Amino acid sequence: MNALAIIGEVLVFIGTFFYFLSALGLIRMPDVYNRMQTSTKSATLGSLGVIVGVGIWAIGKGYSPAWIVQTVAVAGFLLLTNPISAHALIRAAYKRGIPLWHGSVVDKYGEHLASKAQAEEAEGETSETSEGVSE
Amino acid sequence: MEEASRASKFVYTFIVLFILWLVVTASLDSQELITGAVIALIVAALTHDVFTRAGLANLHPKRVAYAIAYIPYFLWAMIMANLDVAYRVLHPARPIRPGIVKCRTVLNSDTGKLSLANSITLTPGTITLDVDGDNYFIHWIWVPDEVLNAKDDSEHVEKASEAITRPFEKYLRVIFG
Amino acid sequence: MIEVNIYLALIAIATLLSTYRVFRGPTTVDRLVAVDIMTTITTGLMVLFALYYGRMIYISVAFVYALLAFGGVIAFARYLEGGL
Repeated sequence: MNALAIIGEVLVFIGTFFYFLSALGLIRMPDVYNRMQTSTKSATLGSLGVIVGVGIWAIGKGYSPAWIVQTVAVAGFLLLTNPISAHALIRAAYKRGIPLWHGSVVDKYGEHLASKAQAEEAEGETSETSEGVSE
Repeated sequence: MEEASRASKFVYTFIVLFILWLVVTASLDSQELITGAVIALIVAALTHDVFTRAGLANLHPKRVAYAIAYIPYFLWAMIMANLDVAYRVLHPARPIRPGIVKCRTVLNSDTGKLSLANSITLTPGTITLDVDGDNYFIHWIWVPDEVLNAKDDSEHVEKASEAITRPFEKYLRVIFG
Repeated sequence: MIEVNIYLALIAIATLLSTYRVFRGPTTVDRLVAVDIMTTITTGLMVLFALYYGRMIYISVAFVYALLAFGGVIAFARYLEGGL
């Protein structure tokens, strides 16, 4: 047991603990938006801890330094892609009309979409009338 | 930002692809290096036109320095975010007050907007719902009082932007323009 | 290697809790979020197994798995949104 192995183990433990927290958030939160809030963040930091921790632990066990390069590559990839899946999922949830939790206090996106639809409708009406005049 | 020349785009694409190859193979064997260089050349020749717009200007020392300084700042924000999440999940009373707020950004480039959206998603209590032009719609797990009690729309946007997007923008504006 | 087994136990609990949400979730998006979390956890598990067996090549497996899972979740999300 040397210092690097201990640091790696601690990182792996923190990572797995955050995995557990993200699953707990999945169970405890009341609606899909809040579930995504808690679980995406914890799962991403958990992966970062586990994967980089494994790299450091492997160096401590005397494996080649290529381990840390590869693990950091995987961790960086997860860090870039996880938020993108979260955006895609939360937007899909909103567009499918899943309602916000009853305790939610403000919804600016709904107002924005409504005003946009209204503007488009008004535009469509004016273009229709102008066509009618030209005929 | 103006379009860069073809040569500058090509060299930039080649450098990025070759570094990616080095990281993924994690080996300094001469055979690996030659294969990687050849493949990076072919792919760069095919894709340099869609891969980048600014070319080598992306590797300006000031930008690289800000990008390196951004990493520890971002990791710190992420750790804070997770302590916040741990508090909300483990607290028996489940202290949440969610809502969707609107922010405005000063970033122009698409890459910059994407990075800002990703950074927002991984930091305390916020997750980007949609981006429409300069407007960000953000799901916030605990909407603070000063945003909630804003008198009109512009004050709401101002207060929310100050809390969410401002801290990242001062880095990202230099990195991505 | 008793330490690794403690980590595996924590990961197993996390996966079981997510599985509960997959079966229970009132909407499709709930289930998909749970599956997304499970794929992230599985990526970490694969890297942990690479250390357990001492083989670096397993990390590449985790990399490809993360890539494919990302593509799958994006495709499903686009489909649910109504425009593939």
